[in-house]
Parts: sequence; structure tokens; C-alpha cells
Amino acid sequence: MPHALEGVSVIDLTHHIAGPYCTKLLADYGAEVIKVERPDGGDPARRMGPFFHNDPHPEKSGLFLHLNTNKRSITLNLKTALGKGILKDLAREADILVENFHPRVMPRLGLDYPALEQINPRLVMTSISNFGHTGPYRDYKMSEITAYAMGGVMHGTGMPDKEPIKLALTVEQFYSGNVAASATLGAFIGAQVHGIGQQLDLAIMEMQTGNQDRGIASLMTYQYSGEPSHQRRREFSRSILPTGVYPCADGYVQFAGGPLSRWGRFCHMIDRPDLANDAHFTTPENFFASPEVKQEVETMLYAWLFQHTKQEVMEKGQEYGYLTGAINTMEDVFNDSHLAAREFFVEIDHPFTGPLQYPGANFKMSETPWRAGRAPLLGEHNREVYCDRLGFSPEDLVRMREQGVI
Amino acid sequence: MTTMKLPLEGIRVIDMTIVWAGPFATVLLGDMGAELIRVDSLQHPDVNTRGQPIVPPAQISGGGGLQYPNRDPGPRPWNRNTQFNQTGRHKKSFTVDLQRPKGREIFFRLVRQSDIFLENNAADVVENLDITYEVLSKVNPHLIMMSLPAFGGTGPYRHFKAVGANMEAVVGHTWLRTYPDSDPTSTTPVFLADACGGASAAFAVLAALQYRIKTGRGQHIDMSQSENVMHCLSQAVMDYSMNGRVQGTMGNRDPARAPQGVYPCAGEDSWVTISCGNDEEFRALCAAIGQPSLVVDPRFADSVSRYRNQDVLDPIISGWTRDKVHYDIFHTLQKAEVTAGPVLKVSEVFHDPHLLDRGFWETISHPEAGTHVNPGPIIELTKTPLHIRAAPPLLGQHNEYVYKEVLGYSDQEYQQLAAQDFIGDTYVVARTQQATPASP
Repeated sequence: MPHALEGVSVIDLTHHIAGPYCTKLLADYGAEVIKVERPDGGDPARRMGPFFHNDPHPEKSGLFLHLNTNKRSITLNLKTALGKGILKDLAREADILVENFHPRVMPRLGLDYPALEQINPRLVMTSISNFGHTGPYRDYKMSEITAYAMGGVMHGTGMPDKEPIKLALTVEQFYSGNVAASATLGAFIGAQVHGIGQQLDLAIMEMQTGNQDRGIASLMTYQYSGEPSHQRRREFSRSILPTGVYPCADGYVQFAGGPLSRWGRFCHMIDRPDLANDAHFTTPENFFASPEVKQEVETMLYAWLFQHTKQEVMEKGQEYGYLTGAINTMEDVFNDSHLAAREFFVEIDHPFTGPLQYPGANFKMSETPWRAGRAPLLGEHNREVYCDRLGFSPEDLVRMREQGVI
Repeated sequence: MTTMKLPLEGIRVIDMTIVWAGPFATVLLGDMGAELIRVDSLQHPDVNTRGQPIVPPAQISGGGGLQYPNRDPGPRPWNRNTQFNQTGRHKKSFTVDLQRPKGREIFFRLVRQSDIFLENNAADVVENLDITYEVLSKVNPHLIMMSLPAFGGTGPYRHFKAVGANMEAVVGHTWLRTYPDSDPTSTTPVFLADACGGASAAFAVLAALQYRIKTGRGQHIDMSQSENVMHCLSQAVMDYSMNGRVQGTMGNRDPARAPQGVYPCAGEDSWVTISCGNDEEFRALCAAIGQPSLVVDPRFADSVSRYRNQDVLDPIISGWTRDKVHYDIFHTLQKAEVTAGPVLKVSEVFHDPHLLDRGFWETISHPEAGTHVNPGPIIELTKTPLHIRAAPPLLGQHNEYVYKEVLGYSDQEYQQLAAQDFIGDTYVVARTQQATPASP
């Protein structure tokens, strides 16, 4: 079966996380992505953990292997005249170019959008940067934690008696790459249908601020009411019903709410159907406002929770209309029956690691499948791209290597 | 001069999305120029998005009141609810009752006139309404239909209901983001899955659109929001896959950057983040905080030692930040080429000089909710700049346009459909019921 983005050609000048996740999505759904890496070590993500068997080797970074599936890799030194010329040759034939350099880099190389537009007016050039290509912070640095901090929702993440806390790992950079992928494809469709190539100036700070994880909600609620809607606090419920994270027999479980009409269901869930119509709990002043009654309910709830596993609590909660979720570790995730039934994890082979389980399709398309090709070795496709496509001879490749071009 | 078309101009999307993830997907499509037709129903209010048609007083005095301008739901609360209006821009609202045969006929007409149908309801909703892809693809074989329920359209959890917080628990995010000295009961519910689900859904329908441009063929897309968001946990997923290692939380730390943390500043609940990625940044930080000798202290002399001894370093840094303004620290350190950023409060984000300079904020006037500053499109296109072109729609605001111009109903048919309560601007329940206090 064909892939959705078959025939779409992408020049990938990205590194680290946000840019490569954007081009991974394009590659996984069929685009031909040529990843251009610097000859001295390639994408810095090759030096980021985790590593296969804890061996810090440039072909064994799990992060890199995951972010660069289905791409081709060439090495190219963009600071050399030949390197710039080759990049222009590639851009001439490409549909999309994605880069996440600092805003000063592409202009300094003579490879900014005005230069590339001259040789390919249909080109869509996606530029992802920390703060965007304009504005007073343009030259400032950013990392995962500072990005999250400046977007406005970190202040509301965590407990009131502690400092604000970031989310796990580098998830905001993934999110930024995710938005960049949809924006790139939108602009590409515009370029095809209306004949307008253009540059996208995507600022991680703006993507953070207009984020759907509480960002837009907080901003608009503040506009509407003058009060912040998401503050650091223990989760609270407007009623005696459970909300938040609770311990259970073998771990923890999340209750993310449920309609207020669920008292009867709650009683059935915790095996106390006898309380379903007990006025002590159902009169509005006790149901909504009594801390003592809430305490009584929590005591019964804990007694029930400690007799059940997180999986049992999740399943029984769902059965009775609660938005429950077991708080799983990665081991639990890899052993989860639902993910197994959906065959989410896929095995991908690689010369340096052998076959490994990877996260599979972000979404499943009925006509055009996701694909599971491995990440490239550094410069693996030099010969294919330089000789077969651009017409250099094998001897030229040797000279280019010696001159530090590739 | 001719005006250039926005990238997705001419693409029509049927929007049957709720809460956050689906609406965010259609925000992205609408910002880029797609026409969005939202399916509302006078008989079946979308309480998850437009709120209760009649708002109980207890809800207004509690947190729910924040959703309405000045805590006043007004006579038509569904038009004033920020839960809907935050992602309502560019959407056109038309009303129809899909549970009546005539309503299905109307909806099918719209399906024939549309390119994309996007919905993120619980998996059984489209089945119960009998508007699955199997049914709709017979109505319009070119249709692209996307569903993004919490756990996908197949598998044992397919009917599980979830928002970001509990789906992220199941796929491992919650476990990885606790305070290191605490347990998961000290977590805030977060909704990364909605943000990423929306972005991936927009990407997915555009990928399908690209395929349709080439081949004319439509298709169905099934996305599990929880699977999609798991990609963001790459390092933990791959560590388990490669090494069998079960990662725990790192709190505000990062294995590749030390020191890194959140430090207290002058003022009420004010904080700054500082994050050193290499020796040069650490040297610059030490100079900036007036402690140049730290650089030669063996506990901090190299990145591995610094990572091990962050607990010693943190109070030294806090001692310097504590009496300073977070923005001042930010500029001082950034000018010294140290990565830092203030933990901005929502109230502060609106005044941030950079976002103001970039023109990020846009003011929208809404006929029933008033005039407010909104975050503008997060996608910046240089030739066809994206701006907010239309306010969130009132319930049924675009009935005339959709029924007459898109679907071709006559004035007379329109009047009949209005009399049969397909078309209107007020929920049936709000017309017939008096406000009563909620009871469990």
C-alpha cells in the first residue's frame, strides 16, 4: 500500500528534538527526508541518552534512533562553498526544508529564505527557533525547563508549598515539533494548491503560550474573570466525589473527575450500594460543602482502594463512569494488554542494536500505512545522494571527505 | 494587488469536536484558512464544551464561574463559556438533530459538501449515531474522517473515557513527572495529550488530504490520543526497550544539564528557571552571581560533578536569586549567555515584551462575551500572515449560511426546519426549564 506523503521531498537541517520530531512525522508517513548532518559527529542527539546497553555510541542513542526513523542521512559542511552549493542543489528539487538553527545561522550561511526562494519559489521552509526570528529575545537561549517556564502554565504545575515543576523529560520540545509538523504540511498544501511557497517562523515560546495543555484555557479564563484558573494546589472537587491521585494496593491511580450525578455509581464502585440513597451523603449541603462528610467518604474509598490493584481500580472506575487511569511505569506500559491488542509497539531492526521495540504509529490511516524503517547511520546515504542523484563520482566523494565537506 | 490565499482556503471541515484535543486540531486548521463548520444540536447540548445550558448557582460560586465573563453566565451561557470560546475562533455553528431521520439527511448533505470530518467523542458516540466512516464514505467516498478517542477505536480500553490527565497516567507520563521527594499524589493534572493530540490530528488530516490531492481517495484515520502522546516520552520508552530500565521522576533536573532548577525570586510566589548545558555556561553563571571560585571547586569543576552535587549548588544559587526580580535575573543571565527564564504567571504573560513585540496577542470582540485579548495563531507564516479573522460563533449563528448557501435549502424549507427545532439559537431545555439548584 502507498504511504500518504509518498513523493514529498524534505531537506532536513534539524537537530536535537523539536525539529527531528517534526521531520520524523513526515518521514513515518511516507515523505522522503534527507537529513543533513554535520560531518563532525552529526546531530547532537546522537550524543544524548539513553544508550543501548548504556554504551554511549553515536549509533546507539535511543533518543536519536526513535526521532529519526525512516530518514536518510548525509553529512555536509554548510560552511564550505561546495557545501552551500550542494544544499542549494538539494533545495531546488525539494518541496519542504525544515531547520531549527539559531535565527542568525541560515542568513550567515547565505541560505536564508530569500536566497532559497530565488532557486525554488515553491519551497516551504519551516524554521523552528526558541523565540522566533524577530523580537527582543531573539538571540536568547532556551532549554526544556525555560521554555515551559515562560509559556505561563508551569507556574500552575505542582504543589502550593513547593516550587513549580516541569513535565517529564523533554515533552515540550516534542509538542513543539508536533505543531511544526502540522504547520509544515498546511503550508505545503497551500504551496501546491495556490502556488505560494513561504517561510514559517515558529517560535517555541509562542507555541508554549498558546498551548492547549491549560495554556489557552488559563489565558482566556484570566481575560474573562480576572482570576487565574490553574494554580498550584491539591486537586479539589466541588463535591465529596474523588478527584486526583490516590494510592491503592500496588501503586497509584488517577481520578480525573466524572459528572456530579455519579454518587450512586460511586457507591456501587466501592461495593457500598447500601449508601446510594443515604440522605447523609446526598443532601446538597453535605454533598457539596461538608469537609467532615468528605472525610467519611474518603475513609471508605481508601479502604476499598487498598484492596484493589491500580488496574482493577481503573477498570472498575471506568465501568461506573469515572475518568480513571492507572499510574503506570514504563514496565507496566510495555505489558499493557490494550497496547498489545492494538499492536502499538513495533519491532525495528538496526545494525548496531539489533531488533528493538519502538513506539509505533501516532495514528492509523485506513488507506496509507505508517512505516517502520530504522534511523540512518551517520552519512549512510552519502553515496546514494551525492553520486546517484547529484552526479558526483566516487573519487569526488573522497576529495570532499578530505576537504572536510562531507 | 491580489490578496494571497491562506494555505487551507477552500477546504471545508465538519467539526464535531469536544473539550480540548479535537477543538485544538480544528483551531490549527482554521488558523491556516480551512472553513470549519461546527455541528451543534438544540436537543443535545455539548455540555463538555459549551457548558450547562442552565448553570447551577453552586457552579458559578465555585471554580466553574471563572468560565464566564465577570462570573455571569448571562441568559445564554453557552455563548459566554470560555471552555468553548478559547478554541472557538473561525468556527461556524450550525444546528441539527442527528437523532431524527431528517437530521441525518441534512448532515449527509453537509458530508457531501465537505472534505474532512473530525471528531474526538467517546468511541461509542459515532456508532450510536450511526455516522461511522463505513456509513459516511458511502455518502461521500472522498471524505476524510478522523476520530481521536482517548484510547483509539480498537482494543480493550476503547470505551474508556479519559481526559489528558488519566490517559497520560496510563501511558507513563504521570509516573515520570512527580517531585523527587514525593509520590504521585503531589501531581497536578496536566493535559499534554490534548496539545499533542490536536497537533497530530491536524497533521493526520492534512497527510490524508495530500494523498487525496494525488489520488482522489478519502480514508479513515484512527488515533489513540494516549499512544500519540507516548512518543513524547521517548527517552523513558527507549530506555525500557533497550535496557529494561524503569525510569523514575527527575523533577526539575535534566541528566544533560546541571545545575538546573527553579529558584525563588523577590515578590509573591515568583520564580526563575536556570539551566546550564556546559562548562562555559556554568562559568558565566558563577561570574554573574559573584561566586567565580565555584568554577574551581572540585565539587562543581565538571559537568558530572555538578550533576552529582546539585543539592549543594542549589542553595548558593537561591541565595543570589531570592531578593531579585525574575525578569532582571533572566536578562542578566541571558546577556551573560546563560540559559534562564522567568516562571511567568498568566497575568505576566500578557505583558511580556517579546510577545508584545511579535504581535502575538489579538483583540476579539464577541457579541455576547465582550472584547478580550486572545493568544493569536501559534503558526507564523511570513507571506500569508495568520490572524484571528472571526470570533467564536454563537449557537446556530451560521444556520442561514450553512442551510441555504452550503446545503441549498430554500427559504421555505429553512422556515420549516426552524419550526421543527432543527434550526435555532437556544437549547430546547433552556426554553422549557427554569433554573434549579443542582442536586446529586
